[in-house]
Amino acid sequence: MYFILVILGWLNIYASVYDPTQDLNILSLNNNPGKQFFWIGTSVVLIILVLLLDFRLYESIAPLLYGLFILLLIAVVIFGKEINGAKAWFQFGAFRLQPSELTKFATALLLARYLSTTGVKLSDFKNQMSSFVIMFFPVALIMLQPDLGSALIFFSFIIPAFREGLPPIYIIAGLAVIIIGTLTIVLEIETIAIILASVGVLWVLLTSKSLKNILLTLLLVAASIGFARGFEYAFEEFLPKYQRDRILVIFYPDVVDPQGAGYNLNQSKIAIGSGGFSGKGFLDGTQTKFNFVPEQSTDFIFSTLAEEHGWLGCAIIIALFIGLMMRIVFIAERQKSKFARIYGYSIAAIIFFHFTINIAMTIGLFPVVGIPLPFFSYGGSSLWSFTIMLFVLLKIDMHRTQVLMRG
Amino acid sequence: MLENRRFIIQGVFVFVGLIFLIKLFGLQVADDTYRSKAERNILQRIIQYPFRGLIYDRKDELIVYNEPMYDLMVVPRDVQISDTTAFCNLFEITREEFDENLKNAKTYSRVKPSAFLKKISHEKYAQIQDQLYKFNGFYVNPRTVRKYTQPILANELGYIGEISQEQLNSDTAGYRAGDYIGITGLEEYYEPQLRGVRGASYKMVNVSGIEKGSFRDGAWDTVAIPGKNLLSTIDLNLQAYAEKLLEGKKGSVVAIDPSTGEILVMASAPTYDPNLLTGKNFGKNFKAIQADSTARLFNRAIQAKYPAGSIFKTVQALIALDEGVTHPQERIYCDTFSIGDHAPPGFYDVKKGIAKSSNNYFYELMRRVVNREIDSNTYKDSQIGMDKWAEGIRRFGFGKKTGVDIPGEEAGLVPDAKYYNKLYNNKPWKYSNVASLSIGQGELLVTPIQMANVAAIIANRGHYYPPHLVRGFKQNGKTEVIQYEKKTPGKGSDYYPVIIDAMASVMKETAPRAIINDIEIIGKTGTAENGLKDETPDHSVFIAFAPRDNPKIAIAVYVENAGWGGRAAACTASLVIEKHLRGYIKKNWQNRENYVLKGDFLDGKQN
Repeated sequence: MYFILVILGWLNIYASVYDPTQDLNILSLNNNPGKQFFWIGTSVVLIILVLLLDFRLYESIAPLLYGLFILLLIAVVIFGKEINGAKAWFQFGAFRLQPSELTKFATALLLARYLSTTGVKLSDFKNQMSSFVIMFFPVALIMLQPDLGSALIFFSFIIPAFREGLPPIYIIAGLAVIIIGTLTIVLEIETIAIILASVGVLWVLLTSKSLKNILLTLLLVAASIGFARGFEYAFEEFLPKYQRDRILVIFYPDVVDPQGAGYNLNQSKIAIGSGGFSGKGFLDGTQTKFNFVPEQSTDFIFSTLAEEHGWLGCAIIIALFIGLMMRIVFIAERQKSKFARIYGYSIAAIIFFHFTINIAMTIGLFPVVGIPLPFFSYGGSSLWSFTIMLFVLLKIDMHRTQVLMRG
Repeated sequence: MLENRRFIIQGVFVFVGLIFLIKLFGLQVADDTYRSKAERNILQRIIQYPFRGLIYDRKDELIVYNEPMYDLMVVPRDVQISDTTAFCNLFEITREEFDENLKNAKTYSRVKPSAFLKKISHEKYAQIQDQLYKFNGFYVNPRTVRKYTQPILANELGYIGEISQEQLNSDTAGYRAGDYIGITGLEEYYEPQLRGVRGASYKMVNVSGIEKGSFRDGAWDTVAIPGKNLLSTIDLNLQAYAEKLLEGKKGSVVAIDPSTGEILVMASAPTYDPNLLTGKNFGKNFKAIQADSTARLFNRAIQAKYPAGSIFKTVQALIALDEGVTHPQERIYCDTFSIGDHAPPGFYDVKKGIAKSSNNYFYELMRRVVNREIDSNTYKDSQIGMDKWAEGIRRFGFGKKTGVDIPGEEAGLVPDAKYYNKLYNNKPWKYSNVASLSIGQGELLVTPIQMANVAAIIANRGHYYPPHLVRGFKQNGKTEVIQYEKKTPGKGSDYYPVIIDAMASVMKETAPRAIINDIEIIGKTGTAENGLKDETPDHSVFIAFAPRDNPKIAIAVYVENAGWGGRAAACTASLVIEKHLRGYIKKNWQNRENYVLKGDFLDGKQN
């Protein structure tokens, strides 16, 4: 399944930059598909390397790797090459490396190791906080670059944490924050206040009418309204205009300037929408290969796919991704060691977040942030990091019986 | 317990996948507006301009053709010139012009081609052709401009120029800004036939507008179809001769082949060389021509309105006979008191009236038309009669456009009862108030082409074909002829020989200089007065046809401020007639040709 996705991804990158007036060699190192071929080749080497190393090594070097990437994240902010306003890359000749990609891997390992330590329970507040530090310390560093998209991915570790017993209240609170935040953009603050109050009244009526419950609900509703007001203020006053527009364009695609902030999304939608049911055919997409869609071989690679292969192609790719994630969860669940299971869930969660945010942004369900689609978007760091993460899991899975014997 | 959370997680995965599929279905399958938006993104329509139709004269001589010209195009991004001085020398521009043009091109686009120098002549292109390869980023784009084989016929042909904003606003034929369109003359009137059908090829372009191949392998492309060639009725040689005779004068010549209505000559002076309004210097030349005080863009043949003068007596006679108020044999006694007269008192019939140009005879004829005692009230009777008269006059083509196939024609003026009611502020008027009309003076205004048409009616003994400049179109070897309907203005044709006899007999007296011994010209001279306050000499007017039987040419000549019709106008007409019938001018003792070219018709008295 990994190989199918990678090969499809590679051909798709070729299609995204294919130009009928120029003879483009898919293997030439001077262009993106050629470079991607190089990355795929090195990934194969990495796979062999990963499979050769001892499976126990990953658990033991977790703190070391984590520390190393934290240092690299600091270094990239200082020495990195600035591209599109973010210092996220180290440049080596024609190739660039993005440390934040592999930081996910290191974080997954360390989190798994920490949570599998005897005595650590996620119901315990102190342990919850320690987990959050492991998850979100890299976020702080990545925000310095700043690279909002990569930072968002680290929230995916909530999923393995949830699996291991993180109280759902955190997720509910998080979802509530997102929902209220979204509502403030669409609705007037007064309307939100009325909605929240009604929800509060309903809650009290449906549960106990004890004073304690009433007071608690009242407090929550008040806090929520306060948050909504604060969020609205922050959205209007502190958020840079380009970011505010990127969010607004989702709700009001026709109001925001289609040549300016709305351009990426608008063109991406045109490309995707023009694909129809079965697409225009491989290499026959016009919107993506003629550069109407920006970043068509990296972040907006999905538009190329959707334009050339239509809804059917999209459905197949989405099914492949869902299948891959289900498979990872299945693998994770059959692990005897807690470390391996948590690590597996982390990988599934990371892929899930990339998949969700990337596709959501190309079809206008999420603000445009720079997040690659795993295996599809052009980029060595991303491919390397997903390859390593996936095959480390497979390596550990291969030795799951040994864990049983040892344990 | 915690194991069950895996199902929640897996459920979320599937849920998100389903949301995507639904949203994508909406975008891709349910909504097809994106498809057309995508095509708008990439499609560029490239217009293939057809060749404009050519114009030929009646003997298949070329009058107007297209000459190749070249626009030097530049793609600023690709510009690489090692020696700018050499470039400037080659194209004969200064360094400043070079920088300026390049800057303009860059402002337009760095990657799309734009015109660097416009309208480079064919000759110039031949010189630079082999050196062009040295200058990267430049190439030539061929196009055409109108060219004229002879420096004549300017106002009749018209010219072409860029379409105006108003025309664009009201256009339904699909013109675009910057397109060339016929302005005035045949170029305007026959624009739909001349322009041809534009072709279009659809090219795919990328986001910067750079071509990326044809769309759907050219399935939508169409080829340009050249415009139709015009088959003009003009005789180019005769036209050139007429224009030469008019040189240095103000006036016009209109000659018609009476058997078909085809216009052989339509000349107006002063005029201009049509080649001035084509090519590189159009703008400059147009301003100069427009600013000229002699109104060189004014086509006198169809736009100048003159008092009719004595030549109108032939028409008055026709109306009177047509209305039956007299007959060719009736002799009417005329004194000389009703209206000023050069003719003596006595008995007059139609023939003698025209021959002696008796004012009082025509005063009486028109009175009979106007006052027929239908109403006992003289004023009312005059009103009724006036309208009858105006109606008759109009049937002969006056007071309305002849419908000649070039724009800008004037209708002239035929006053009727309504006109005089207004003129006299609804106070009563009667025939004696308007009687100067009877001798072609007064409020009546005619154009030279209307007079030429009357000459054709007389030549044909009572019918005519609407005068026209184009008899058909030719395309791919196929000729398409325009049908013109024969018109019969009067009620009969019996009385025409009388009028023709009268005209023939009067030639010897009023236009002796115009007589050619072996070609009988049937003509009538006239002297159109400019009105009482105008001190400039009268206009010299002459209408005629020849030969008497099976006439080949009917002609009207106006020469402004040249005095007697028998001199300037008659001599010019006789020269044109002779040239047409004989093909050359026979030398004779009069030497009319030199007389006309010299243009001293008033024996040196002018001004």
